Amino acid sequence: MSTEAHGAPRNRTLKWINDRMPIVSMVEHTLYYPVPRNLNYMWNFGSLAGLALIIMIVTGVVLSMHYTPHTTYAFDSVERIMRDVNYGWLLRYVHMNGASMFFIIVYLHIFRGLYYGSYKAPRELLWWLGVFIVLLMMATAFMGYVLPWGQMSFWGAKVITSMVGAVPLVGDSLTAMLWGGFTVDNPTLNRFFSLHYLLPFVILGVVILHIWALHTVKANNPLGIDTKGPQDSIDFHPYYTAKDMFGVGVFLLVLAAFVFFAPNYLGHPDNYIQADPLKTPPHIVPEWYFLPFYTILRAFTDDWWLFQLLLGWWGMTAKLAGVLAMAGAIVVLFFLPWLDTSRVRSARFRPMYRLFFWVFVADCLLLGWIGAKPAEQPWTLIGQWATIYYFAHFLIILPLLSRIERPKPLPYSISQAVLGGGGGAAASSASPMEKSG
Amino acid sequence: MTRIGRHFLTHAAVVVGLLGTAPVSVPAMAAGSAVTPKSVDWSFNGVFGKFDHAQLRRGLQVYQEVCAACHGLRLVAYRNLAAIGLSEAEIKAIAGDREVAGDPDEDGEPTTRPALPKDKFVGPYANLQAAKAANNGAAPPDLSLLVKARAGGPDYLYSLLVGYVSEAECKKRYKDSEGKPLVPADGQYCNTYMPGHIIAMAPPLLDEGQVEYEDEGAPKATVDQMSKDVTAFLTWAAEPYLAERKRMGIKVMLFLLLFTGFMYAIYRHIKKDVKGNA
Repeated sequence: MSTEAHGAPRNRTLKWINDRMPIVSMVEHTLYYPVPRNLNYMWNFGSLAGLALIIMIVTGVVLSMHYTPHTTYAFDSVERIMRDVNYGWLLRYVHMNGASMFFIIVYLHIFRGLYYGSYKAPRELLWWLGVFIVLLMMATAFMGYVLPWGQMSFWGAKVITSMVGAVPLVGDSLTAMLWGGFTVDNPTLNRFFSLHYLLPFVILGVVILHIWALHTVKANNPLGIDTKGPQDSIDFHPYYTAKDMFGVGVFLLVLAAFVFFAPNYLGHPDNYIQADPLKTPPHIVPEWYFLPFYTILRAFTDDWWLFQLLLGWWGMTAKLAGVLAMAGAIVVLFFLPWLDTSRVRSARFRPMYRLFFWVFVADCLLLGWIGAKPAEQPWTLIGQWATIYYFAHFLIILPLLSRIERPKPLPYSISQAVLGGGGGAAASSASPMEKSG
Repeated sequence: MTRIGRHFLTHAAVVVGLLGTAPVSVPAMAAGSAVTPKSVDWSFNGVFGKFDHAQLRRGLQVYQEVCAACHGLRLVAYRNLAAIGLSEAEIKAIAGDREVAGDPDEDGEPTTRPALPKDKFVGPYANLQAAKAANNGAAPPDLSLLVKARAGGPDYLYSLLVGYVSEAECKKRYKDSEGKPLVPADGQYCNTYMPGHIIAMAPPLLDEGQVEYEDEGAPKATVDQMSKDVTAFLTWAAEPYLAERKRMGIKVMLFLLLFTGFMYAIYRHIKKDVKGNA
């Protein structure tokens, strides 16, 4: 069942090709590479994210054939897609809701990595490539939301691009470069369209690196222990391809439910009003997947004690602090391998970390909820404490836990935990395995 | 060992289940000071929802005879009316009533021609400035996408049309930003469902019989009925493929349920030779 079992192709044509470029071997390696035998459904989201990316690229390429990146025509060209292009409404709704689904999948994929310690050695590079993909996704999604040139497109772009102006000294020139002028206008729309088309292919490239790294260090697993031999693994195909196909079905059901029955549920009605630079909407809110970061951005107000204590007195503006914190919320993920130094990967054997993981998830949801609220009390105050907790989780709690927590004993191997202790042995605690080990 | 996995599936199943039964085809967000609109049992609600073409034609009549005096419908073409059951002759007649810019003549002078089915609905004003000038400086919004551009969708628009209250009633019920009784200024009106309760549009539908429904079996043209009809028409105008979308959705969901079921069966079958979760 291991890779060795599948040697060079027997078919002469395939062999001829393979001798000159081992593409057949590569595909075989991809399909038959050994995967821990104990993965749970949380390991479905990697392949789903790949599928979501492909759906976005395919629908996006076709949409771009009908879209006009000009401030005068953009809004109407999107409506032409909705009304006059054959199945244009379907393409656009899949693209719109596909973006949301892509983010749900990737967020679950990240939380999976956090829970099972997938960022620890030897998977640091794999993790970093993943964080880089999220950053690229955010840039792509942000620019994509500008393209329909509705009210939220325009004002969202205005608010977010203006943040760059907070950078000291070069802020104004940077903003002008981003805008291609002195405000969000046609040059902005044009460069956003260009980049929105480019970045997904950059993402695709990094995804290939991400998978390459994965195939080098192999998948983590719910026990978080290394595979010790062939008995711990099974071939990706057919076992996980079959499982992934089931996941694909569930994912497509959820996507279709939104596309066909609630296509605008995750959007904002204001984006069906054409952009008007002279009319600011009452509440400018980003797409739901940016809401937690939006809260972190807005937490930094001039009168916030934390801001005054740490930053305000040496001349930094609250705006810049907010921008840095928002960027820091992602950047901090890069440092995870050094912040969490516990040698045990899986939260299953880390009782304290497991508790704090769920508190952290709740905090992220809270940040998202606050992001949709107007910048008023008590939301601002709650948002500020939720922001403090977000960073405290990474910068204080994780390093401390690594020192004070006593992890439960780890099973000797995956096969022993899965096969030796009976079906439910490793279900929730490690104690039964202590006996068998 | 698949507790999280099972949890996810349970939630996903709940989400899919809810979406399958709830009439959630419009944005459901409520703005700050807005009053929750009345909930109407539209024919296009729910997963099996579809348009009532007779109602859409009555709504078209209300739009043409009342709304079109101030509001455009610039994203809808006259030819689109075929989709709600108008004949080619009827479409040509409706289009032909309006003038649009034609090609320059032989001497290069600009010309006009009657609108054709291919043209988009001709708006009431020549340009934005004219629209503003005729309406105290605020141009009436185009109605093509209005239903999708307002929180609450069709429920909101219908509620707004029937939600006007008298000045006396307004003072009694609502307060302005300083906490004093709300008094609409000259050229302003009071409406329960407008965020802030002040609206520049005069009550457009006032009297029974303002529009005469001629179709056989048409309901009486009460203010309530006209409001419902024109809202249904504008819902169609904003989302002309709504019914096709939902019809296709049912088929797609059924296919995907089958597909997912098969995939699950295959997965279980393959998994049989492996112990552990696989």
